Amino acid sequence: MSSDSSHNVSYLDYKGRWKGKITSWIFSTDHKKIGVLYLFSMLILFSIGVLFGFLMRLELIAPGKTIMEPQMYNSIFTLHGIIMIFMFIIPGLPAIFGNFFLPLLIGAKDVAFPRLNLLSWWLFMFGSLLAILSVFLPGGPVDTGWTFYVPYSVRSTTNVFPALIAAFILGFSSILTGLNFITTIHRMRVQGMTWFRMPLFVWSLYATSWIQILATPIIGITLLLVVMERAFNIGIFDPSLGGDPVLFQHLFWIYSHPAVYVMIIPAMGIISEIIPVFARRTIFGYKFIAFSSIAIALMGSLVWAHHMFTVGMSPTAMIIFSVLTFLVAIPSAIKVFNWVATLYKGSIQLDPPMLYALGFIFLFSIGGFTGLIQGALSVNIHIHDTSFIVAHFHYVMFGGTGFGIFAALHYWFPKMFAKSYNMKTAKFSFWTLFFGFNVLYFPMFVMGWLGMPRRYYDYLPEYHIYHFISTIGSWIVVIALVAMFANFIVALRKKEKFTEENPWGGETLEWKTSTPPPLENFDIEPVVDSHPYEYKMNEPDQDLLKEEGTK
Amino acid sequence: MSEQTKKHHSPSYSIYIFVWLFLLVLTGVTVAVAGINLGKMTLAIALLIASIKSYFVLTIFMHLKFEDRMFRIFVFVALFFLAISLILLFSDYSFQ
Repeated sequence: MSSDSSHNVSYLDYKGRWKGKITSWIFSTDHKKIGVLYLFSMLILFSIGVLFGFLMRLELIAPGKTIMEPQMYNSIFTLHGIIMIFMFIIPGLPAIFGNFFLPLLIGAKDVAFPRLNLLSWWLFMFGSLLAILSVFLPGGPVDTGWTFYVPYSVRSTTNVFPALIAAFILGFSSILTGLNFITTIHRMRVQGMTWFRMPLFVWSLYATSWIQILATPIIGITLLLVVMERAFNIGIFDPSLGGDPVLFQHLFWIYSHPAVYVMIIPAMGIISEIIPVFARRTIFGYKFIAFSSIAIALMGSLVWAHHMFTVGMSPTAMIIFSVLTFLVAIPSAIKVFNWVATLYKGSIQLDPPMLYALGFIFLFSIGGFTGLIQGALSVNIHIHDTSFIVAHFHYVMFGGTGFGIFAALHYWFPKMFAKSYNMKTAKFSFWTLFFGFNVLYFPMFVMGWLGMPRRYYDYLPEYHIYHFISTIGSWIVVIALVAMFANFIVALRKKEKFTEENPWGGETLEWKTSTPPPLENFDIEPVVDSHPYEYKMNEPDQDLLKEEGTK
Repeated sequence: MSEQTKKHHSPSYSIYIFVWLFLLVLTGVTVAVAGINLGKMTLAIALLIASIKSYFVLTIFMHLKFEDRMFRIFVFVALFFLAISLILLFSDYSFQ
């Protein structure tokens, strides 16, 4: 691996002992190639998830049956949730951009355990294929919703079993990635890369990895218990056998709420990378942003039961979880305020990555505020299980993490593939997506507030207008996504190579190596002697100060 | 003792066998206690014995006793997370 002949070779050209085009990718232990493998596998899964979401919205364009039967609708929204959550948005940022850029950002040659890294991709693929296979197996696609709530998931005759096993395997992949990143960050930082010189994306990955390691085993064992319940009628969760279905919800959300932070914290890290570069300013409140990632990870692990305010928990627990939910807003707000403060008096360039970053702040803020509305016990009773929740969730997860992923893709694409994309098309797809997104999801807030339940196949005529507008929004979103992906595909097919090391003027280490990066990331091992976002724009203008002094 | 030799220090085989036998004895005690009607204490005693067994597995078999402080902090964080989760979980069940 470290032979001289391979030292300066671009990672895209290096094949190692695998001479085939495909085998040199799928058996490579290079963190960059694994990141790219994750990227393409997840974009395919994301496209399938978008297709299911599109079909679901099309069904809801008018009351009554439009294009599918109720059973198919149940399966479609379940698969949309399972694919988007377990196969795209939870693993997305750490697996794609974490894998590719974590070692580059800390000056390392690779992650701590490269083979384990490859294994995690294989597990991911195996889990994903099993979930997709479950659609076609006899019994029919799973129809429980992505939450697998008991007792229905114990009794449903659809393919719950393979879907549960798939989620279990995907969890393993997630744990291995988390383990790898924590070890890499502790052990492999280059000389001079102290904890407080680490880029903020690295801090966010560190916080995320801890959640992956600590919380994922809980969902693993919970899903296995459901499998055992189905197979052996043990009576852990099924009330007809003396079990407690609320216990399932507790165990499910002990993982699945922190998982929401696994989705959003790395996206916040991406935004913290992009804002200073495109505002030409040192990040405001570096330590606060770094520690707020840890605080969100810690406090976000303690708020799970706010998903369960209507299941009949004790009032004491409800008050405790409501208070904790309000508290977790503080570190999130710290980040938003610091980003805005960084923008203040910055020399802002509205390139595509920055547009997505600003879109993130706007949409995430709406998602965050509506989250607070749901954290209040009394209001929660009113809007529980309505499309208000669906809107909130998509504002945070798609408007937040989704836009974060697109921001990262536009920011790092030239470095990853040595190809440049069309800026005009990128800006067009951003504005179309931003507009379509709001047309798609904002009506859900309104109809949810008016009482439209989530996951319903049919609805009363008074909700028709909102569903109609929302479905039109889904078409606009699809147009935007097609434009975005077409732009990237055209760029990848270009023969002309883009070799500029630092097209955006970033100060972090990934911009100080060649494009595309060599096999072991740096031709000469870098030494770090400064903070990651030191822009001169931030320093007082000496000439101006002199002028003011003479006045 | 140099740092390197300290890091690679591990207990002798006799310690491993002794701890293994001790774990077997504790398993026997767990089974025996399960047969006695101690009311609410049954569960508490079973958990106490399981905790003692976990302690020996972590410190001896998983070498935690001989690793540096960082690993102990990691385990502490995991246990802390587990403890908080249980406390919050029982804020529901204990007050129903």
